[in-house]
Amino acid sequence: MTAQPTDIATYNFAYLDEQTKRMIRRAILKGIAIPGYQVPFASREMPMPYGWGTGGVQVTASIIGPDDVLKVIDQGADDTTNAVSIRAFFKKVANVAVTTETAKATIIQTRHRIPEHPLTSGQVLVYQVPIPEPLRFLEPRETETRKMHALEEYGLMHVKLYEDIARHGRIATTYAYPVKVEGRYVMDPSPTPKFDNPKMHRSPALQLFGAGREKRIYALPPFTDVVSLDFEDHPFEVQTFDQPCALCAAENVYLDEVILDDHGDHMFVCSDTDHCEKRREQGRRGDLAPETMEPTQ
Amino acid sequence: MSDVPLLRVSALSKFYGSRIGCENVSFDLWPGEVLAVVGESGSGKTTLLNCLSTRLLPSSGTASYRMRDGQFRELYRMSEAERRFLMRTDWGFVHQNPADGLRMTVSAGANVGERLMAVGDRHYGKIRATAVDWLSRVEIDEDRIDDEPRAFSGGMRQRLQIARNLVTGPRLVFMDEPTGGLDVSVQARLLDLLRGLVTDLGLAAIVVTHDLAVARLLSQRMMVMKDGRVVESGLTDRVLDDPRAPYTQLLVSSILQV
Repeated sequence: MTAQPTDIATYNFAYLDEQTKRMIRRAILKGIAIPGYQVPFASREMPMPYGWGTGGVQVTASIIGPDDVLKVIDQGADDTTNAVSIRAFFKKVANVAVTTETAKATIIQTRHRIPEHPLTSGQVLVYQVPIPEPLRFLEPRETETRKMHALEEYGLMHVKLYEDIARHGRIATTYAYPVKVEGRYVMDPSPTPKFDNPKMHRSPALQLFGAGREKRIYALPPFTDVVSLDFEDHPFEVQTFDQPCALCAAENVYLDEVILDDHGDHMFVCSDTDHCEKRREQGRRGDLAPETMEPTQ
Repeated sequence: MSDVPLLRVSALSKFYGSRIGCENVSFDLWPGEVLAVVGESGSGKTTLLNCLSTRLLPSSGTASYRMRDGQFRELYRMSEAERRFLMRTDWGFVHQNPADGLRMTVSAGANVGERLMAVGDRHYGKIRATAVDWLSRVEIDEDRIDDEPRAFSGGMRQRLQIARNLVTGPRLVFMDEPTGGLDVSVQARLLDLLRGLVTDLGLAAIVVTHDLAVARLLSQRMMVMKDGRVVESGLTDRVLDDPRAPYTQLLVSSILQV
């Protein structure tokens, strides 16, 4: 009954028991074999609430090995609660190396962003998915949506885009923008901004999606065609920003608005913190970058 | 009218356990012909309609439909994918309650456009132009195109449902009490509209109704059902003016005279 003082958890490697990991790996393999198809799996209770990434954590736990290097991002940031906690969790239960650098990671678990740094072959991107069914808000019956996927009846998806244009004059969907995978399944890319949709197309990295509460896993094998749905006269477009990042002056990246004070002052900064830091280390400075050494300031 | 039928139904029966839904129904339907199925509630009209529209599988019997390529296909041997495709292109189904046939939470324009998008139309401007055209054909103002059907009156909803069904140019439309629950003046306009559309488009239709006046206005032929069986069938005018089966005589004499 002597407690062993050790950093490594005394329970199973990567928290989940081997049978569970085996079951999840089967679901992942099936998902890879049928890109975009939602594979049901027996989601486990995890030591965190639903909605905090239980699906992503189970997928990561099932594929992670002792040699892996893990990066976890939450809305692009490595330093928010969810990201820090999940990273600490895997450090404890799997004793793996962790990083914030996109290029060094072998597994990147993400909540709602794809890193700006291009992913390479051999990397795995694990998405945390709240609602895997793209048709859910149009057709509430699961039996019916499954049939619609099976019979490739996707007219309804365009009804949603039609409604957007009728109401707003353009496709107003900005996140969870539906995509068609390999010309077959319509898939919800999880609530990533549509800015990231083109990065999914023919990505050299393996992309896995885990929805813990909804008990679904789906996947995009490397170099899969991922096409965002649109109309001929209203083609798919990504968001554009008027100004570059206020900290690192990056353009053509996804920016977050940050409120600075109670007077409504704000700035737009990179949502991808790793990308932003790298650029500042290289000496790039935006308009509001702190500790500038220029004499005028 | 062509000399080849559009739909051939032979010895169709549907049992719910030991209870009869409809039994041994046979008829042919020609292109452009409107057939009314009348009878009291519980007589099997709706069961028959649901079987014909493949929403329900019959216990026995066959129905074959002449596809656009002229080939007859056995309805109950088609795959589900083929049946559903047929239902959203070559067929229409007008429900008694418009809420069953419409998407109440999307705009009128999207309701009309859904079938077009389902068959692969991907040009917003064209879909919208078609929707505008169809709304005007069913006498709904163009400026209501972005309103949800929830904001429509019962009569407008029913007209919207009809537009939504006819937009892909179907050849056969099933109607289940299309004027049920509407007040008489709205009924009259709807019937007028339906009659015009059916003639203009050369639609074949099977109309289930308990209202003999509707049957007389819309249909050329009618079948009278009682306890799941067809008791009399023939030209509408002949059946209504010279009913032969005792039950039909009862039915015709039960019409209230105002």
